[in-house]
Amino acid sequence: MSAVVDAGGKAAGYLDDRLGIAKPAKGLLNKVFPDHWSFMLGEIALYSFIVLLLTGTYLTLWYKPSMTEVIYNGSYIPLNGVSMSEAFASTLNISFDVRGGLLMRQIHHWAALFFLVSITVHLMRVFFTGAFRKPRELNWVIGTGLLTLAILEGFAGYSLPDDLLSGTGLRIAQGIVLSIPIIGTWAQFLLFGGQFPGTDFIPRLFTVHVLLLPGIFLALIGAHLLMVFAQKHTQYPGPGRTNNNVVGFPLLPVYMAKAGGFFFIVFGVTALMSAFVTINPIWAFGPYTPDQVSAGSQPDWYMGWLDGAVRIFPNWETNIGAYSISWNVFIPTVVVPGIIFTLLGAYPFIERWVTGDNAEHNLLDRPRNAPTRTALGVMAITFYGMLWISGGNDIIATTFDLSINAITYSLRVLIFIVPPIAFVITKRICLSLQRRDNDKLLHGIESGNILRTPEGEFIEIHTPLPAKQQAVILSKHDVAPLAIETGYDENGVADPKRRSDRLRAKLSHWWYGDNIALPSRAELEAAQAHAAHDYHEQESVVDDYRNLEITSEPVLHSAAVGGHEENPHIKH
Amino acid sequence: MSEIVSSESSSVYDADGPNEVVLPNGRFAPAPLPHELRRADIDPKAAKRAERQVANLFILAMLMALLFIVAYVAVDKDTVIALPVIGTMSLSNLLLGLTFGLSVFCIGAGAIHWAKKLMPDVEVVQSRHDMASSEQDRAEAVEIFQVGADESGFGSRTIIRRTLLGALALFPIPLIVILRDLWVTPPDSPSPSALLKETIWADGVRLVVDGTNRPIKPSDVPVGGLVNIIPANLEEVQKAEGNLNARAKASSLLIRMRPEEIRSQQGGTTEEPWDYQGILAFSKICTHVGCPISLYQQRTHHLLCPCHQSTFDLADSAKVVFGPAARRMPQLAITVDSEGYLVARHDFTEHVGPSFWEQGS
Repeated sequence: MSAVVDAGGKAAGYLDDRLGIAKPAKGLLNKVFPDHWSFMLGEIALYSFIVLLLTGTYLTLWYKPSMTEVIYNGSYIPLNGVSMSEAFASTLNISFDVRGGLLMRQIHHWAALFFLVSITVHLMRVFFTGAFRKPRELNWVIGTGLLTLAILEGFAGYSLPDDLLSGTGLRIAQGIVLSIPIIGTWAQFLLFGGQFPGTDFIPRLFTVHVLLLPGIFLALIGAHLLMVFAQKHTQYPGPGRTNNNVVGFPLLPVYMAKAGGFFFIVFGVTALMSAFVTINPIWAFGPYTPDQVSAGSQPDWYMGWLDGAVRIFPNWETNIGAYSISWNVFIPTVVVPGIIFTLLGAYPFIERWVTGDNAEHNLLDRPRNAPTRTALGVMAITFYGMLWISGGNDIIATTFDLSINAITYSLRVLIFIVPPIAFVITKRICLSLQRRDNDKLLHGIESGNILRTPEGEFIEIHTPLPAKQQAVILSKHDVAPLAIETGYDENGVADPKRRSDRLRAKLSHWWYGDNIALPSRAELEAAQAHAAHDYHEQESVVDDYRNLEITSEPVLHSAAVGGHEENPHIKH
Repeated sequence: MSEIVSSESSSVYDADGPNEVVLPNGRFAPAPLPHELRRADIDPKAAKRAERQVANLFILAMLMALLFIVAYVAVDKDTVIALPVIGTMSLSNLLLGLTFGLSVFCIGAGAIHWAKKLMPDVEVVQSRHDMASSEQDRAEAVEIFQVGADESGFGSRTIIRRTLLGALALFPIPLIVILRDLWVTPPDSPSPSALLKETIWADGVRLVVDGTNRPIKPSDVPVGGLVNIIPANLEEVQKAEGNLNARAKASSLLIRMRPEEIRSQQGGTTEEPWDYQGILAFSKICTHVGCPISLYQQRTHHLLCPCHQSTFDLADSAKVVFGPAARRMPQLAITVDSEGYLVARHDFTEHVGPSFWEQGS
């Protein structure tokens, strides 16, 4: 043990002499990170990315990014003698002739799915806890960029084997590019090196997939992490946690062990999944040919919403003289995603403008304490979910024996109706939870212990809220909405910014208007004194009339008792 | 706003620390809870046990890594086994994944177990500072920048500034221009839109069955039947071009219905209809985004695209009856040649596949 430490010390000394690492290392190793399970979501994304780099490198050793047609002759007998692209043949080779090749392919694919899932859930965590607020808006923008690129990277990756399923995806991509007004036709010819499918696209996609995008990923992930380091991680409210401190464990040793260990857990779980669960069995799909498709074709999950948008969009096309615009393809595949990702990236700035909140926030919001934001988030998720359902309209139709037409027509309407309903319901739930929080603060929590007074009255003993919960509830930030001004001064001179100011104030009212304010400190102390008095009185009632004593502390987990029974915590 | 005073790095659980802290909203909240000791903190036996558990996990990791090598060498790559629930799978993949996965997993599990049971679990507090630099630093940085900018003369030497901006604006242009040859266009090549509008179907080209390349006689196609067809010269063209481009546009299908069921067609006259005795040929490439279509319902004569469910009525000029497609499926005019085989009369008159800007109406 000590020999290891000595050797390490010498190496560190060598490096410090040459690079002066001691000072930065001191700060780094001591750096405190707050602990919460939801902070692991971003870690899963990071570790999945590392797994993707490792396994992807293996795959490049055998994969041939070529669309040259070859006749397959390998271990997978059903496809022997079939004409296919070299890309598909080499993927079969990886799956059936390279020992461990299938494992690497499956780990790569599973890790890609985990990458996208963890990014998405991480994004939701950051959104609903308000972790994107000042000073972290720029990191949110980087995160949005990473999500967008991850979707593209995933699509590029699963298109490379050139199997029937992914080739159909590329065919659809061609249709999408063609739908772009004015430049679409030329863009398609340049991307594909001529007509579809040509022989250039897979090699080009390969370069994008293994070089261009991973390079951008490394840069953006590096910046993402550096910002987290520089700004220190946000933390959830709790005892002793304020906006100006960070409570947790130091990098060395606890976080080093936990985070480092977690990388191996993620890698291990991905490998075990790949051992047991087949993913993307390209041999079952067969090689790509433009004149075949299988029914029930579904893209990977993260492309499903786009596919859904394409499915339910009405068949609008406009002809203007010699030119045509395919709204039916262009809007759902280019315009809608463009708007969605722009809004997503701009969200912190929009919210900051509406609320006028310019303070730094290091303590996370509880979703209920930002009801409008939480409701907007749920509305967005519902919208996404509706698109996702639309992407499976054929599966729903065949599974439940419904009319595909009826499902599609309904979804065209429901996508506008359901999200606003989700907004209203979520907001009401948040406000109710706020009221509940105030109740808990003022009246404590039900202990489950019922007392009967000599007069025959039944009283349930309330106990004060545990300190931990109090700290969490008291972290709420009550903000008054901005005042709505007329926009004219006493001389009737108009303020040039009056329109935007009034809009902003109205939005601020919409944002904060329904807030249920926390009780004031005086109210809280009065309530606590009252509760203490009540409790004392109940105690003395029991003492006086029945000569009983109560166990020191009523406990939360005691069994609830019926009104007619005696309290089990009262001893004779 | 005041803040809790804490040293750069100290335990939250100081006995005489404050019992209330100030939150950003100005409220007071309870101070940290007292730290609770774990079994391993007070019981040396428990600590020893945890130590053994961690070491055992690491030993298991080593064992699994070695077993991976055994599985790699010993298991035949073609062996397939059937497992309950999971189904048939490659034994090699199963064992390699299992041993590798467990070996990696156990390293992680050991490290985390170590951290949770044996490393200190006392939470530590560090203070934060606003991200913004001090006013003085800001002012100094601005000053350095301004001095530098002045020294460079960027503001005063207008001609340098303007020519530099011009040069910088133009320098990406060569990098963009060079992308023009992403499509190396043959000297006599038609325009992209012209290429999208033509297929290799032409007068007299035989319709052959996709897969067998067998020419088709009208008697081969029963009423209600569907045949996937390609032009007889497709294989030849494909070989010459070395790609699937011709196939991606020329793939078609043949269906037969009773002539009285045909309500309308996309062209032809009563004397020379585009069908042949109720045999109709259509493009197979969806006009929406190009999926090949082959789900045909003979009772309604509807053709359904499996990708986005666009539905076309083949008895009524293949017009769109449902879904996101905007244009009908192009019809191929057919007849029979002197030997009685089905042939095309000319190329499609409407373009095949997805819509594009220059398609015209």
